[in-house]
Amino acid sequence: MIDVARGSAARILPVVTVLGILTVFWYVMAIPLNAPRLDLDETAGLSTLARAAWSMDRPILPAPHQIAGELWSSVLFHPLTSSRNLLYHAWVTLSAALAGLAIALALGIALAVGIVYLRTLDRSLMPWVIASQTVPVLAIAPMVVVVLGNLGITGLLPKAAIAGYLAFFPITVGMVTGLRAADPLQLDLMRTYSAAPLAVFTKLRWPMSLAFLFPGLRVAVALALVGAIVAELPTGAQAGLGARLLTGSYYGQTIQLWATLVMAALLSIVALLVVGAVERAVLHARGGRL
Amino acid sequence: MRHICGSAPCAAVLALVTGGIARASLVGSPAFALLTTLVTLPLLVLALTRFARRDTLAARLASPALFGALLLWLWEMLVLGLHIPFVLLPPPSAIAAAFATHIGTLVTDFRQTYLHAVVAGYALGCGAGFAVALAMDRSPFLRRGLLPLGNLASVMPIVGVAPIMVMWFGFDWPSKAAVVVVMTFFPMLVNTTAGLAATGAMERDLMHCYAAGYWPTLLKLRLPASMPFVFTALKLNSTLALIGAVVAEFFGTPILGMGFRISTEAARMNMDIVWATITVAALAGSLSFGAIALIERAATFWHPAFRR
Repeated sequence: MIDVARGSAARILPVVTVLGILTVFWYVMAIPLNAPRLDLDETAGLSTLARAAWSMDRPILPAPHQIAGELWSSVLFHPLTSSRNLLYHAWVTLSAALAGLAIALALGIALAVGIVYLRTLDRSLMPWVIASQTVPVLAIAPMVVVVLGNLGITGLLPKAAIAGYLAFFPITVGMVTGLRAADPLQLDLMRTYSAAPLAVFTKLRWPMSLAFLFPGLRVAVALALVGAIVAELPTGAQAGLGARLLTGSYYGQTIQLWATLVMAALLSIVALLVVGAVERAVLHARGGRL
Repeated sequence: MRHICGSAPCAAVLALVTGGIARASLVGSPAFALLTTLVTLPLLVLALTRFARRDTLAARLASPALFGALLLWLWEMLVLGLHIPFVLLPPPSAIAAAFATHIGTLVTDFRQTYLHAVVAGYALGCGAGFAVALAMDRSPFLRRGLLPLGNLASVMPIVGVAPIMVMWFGFDWPSKAAVVVVMTFFPMLVNTTAGLAATGAMERDLMHCYAAGYWPTLLKLRLPASMPFVFTALKLNSTLALIGAVVAEFFGTPILGMGFRISTEAARMNMDIVWATITVAALAGSLSFGAIALIERAATFWHPAFRR
């Protein structure tokens, strides 16, 4: 018990220290960065300067408390359906990312099964799966959205398609490794039972592959969020964290910009926590063996 | 069909010929094109399965090459045959034509985005990540403090800092390089740290027996052992860097650059130029990935993955 407590303290203390140093550094840096934009007379003391630099309307580098304040007031003082509420934008982005993740899971697992069971696909398709990720897909994301929008396809689908394209790769790679991870001894055992290929798949290969699915899924969740945010960058997008970033950048609303970034970071932390919880639940349901 | 053409290369060449005939006759007589397509598809599948059974280097290269040709050919045939609107998806032949016509613009864009922003940002970001990882290695406290943050940051939507960097460093390429630095830093940091921890207790004991200090151990054992991890980050970052530079150009740029070209020409519905630019990006991404993979082979020849 004492060991556990000491262990977590030893883990948390360095992180808190580093975060503290970063925050102090942030506040200090805000003064010289914002100073050129202030109209203070030369004689103003450092404390006046600092107070002015930390409470600017459109600072070059907003102070952390300004970002936290913007986040706080945006979440609490506006209704959930209002476009001034960041949670509303976060939900728009999250729904696109989740739809993309569903596409990625279906496509990724189907491709992995094909690659593992068909030698032809393994040889001819797998190199292209890898090559698909060296193409900067995010770069064409806005174009896909604009073009599909011109054809009358708007809303969730174009964003989900981009999120899905980004997110399928870690799932495919993880599942290909996972489906091949079955122990030869266990495969031999299945042969002695004269198990049908389907039974080998459902009873041995699929359960074995889950241990490889979840690490891939964690990367995929992060990529799906990035895809959804970048897909919202075209000017046509009305809502979502990406659209919020773009308006913030156009109108020089730096505090709004930083608050949106923090919201995006919080969203990916929550998404990772959920994946971790699902992984633990699966582990628990299977008697702690994964 | 097996009797006519037993060997894989023969089937592949035949498929390419019939595929070419199908494409050529598509405009004149669609019925004949459909017929030749029906001959081509089984020939291609036959060639692919035959190639997959062999283990020579040529067969290993031919499989994906033939599959790529199949994809391009299907794309061309479907887009032209089904009369898919040009703005939705231009056929590969139109993209190739645009590539040839606008080669001058494409080269200027490539120079602005890739040779300036990507290369500078990539070198700085990877170098800084590597240096900080080495510094962290000397201080366990720093490592325990920074590593969780680095792990967290490498799964964050970091590309979102693009508008801030454009605001700070102006419209020209330095702001794009700054985005690339931030994007490539954390994967490098996390991977190098993992690589420096990758030596076994036996190997470290051996260095201890030789009375090797920190620096000889680092230079002769731990840095070489960390190279597979470092190269993983380098390969990952080569794609990330291009994405960062292109996305940053959506937030403001002088009137050149690949991201600028994509967003303006897409707005003007010149989809063939957009796709030609994407081809340049895809080629640059794949070639730099391939080059780093080749260097990796030379640098980590001792690794089990490359040993023969």
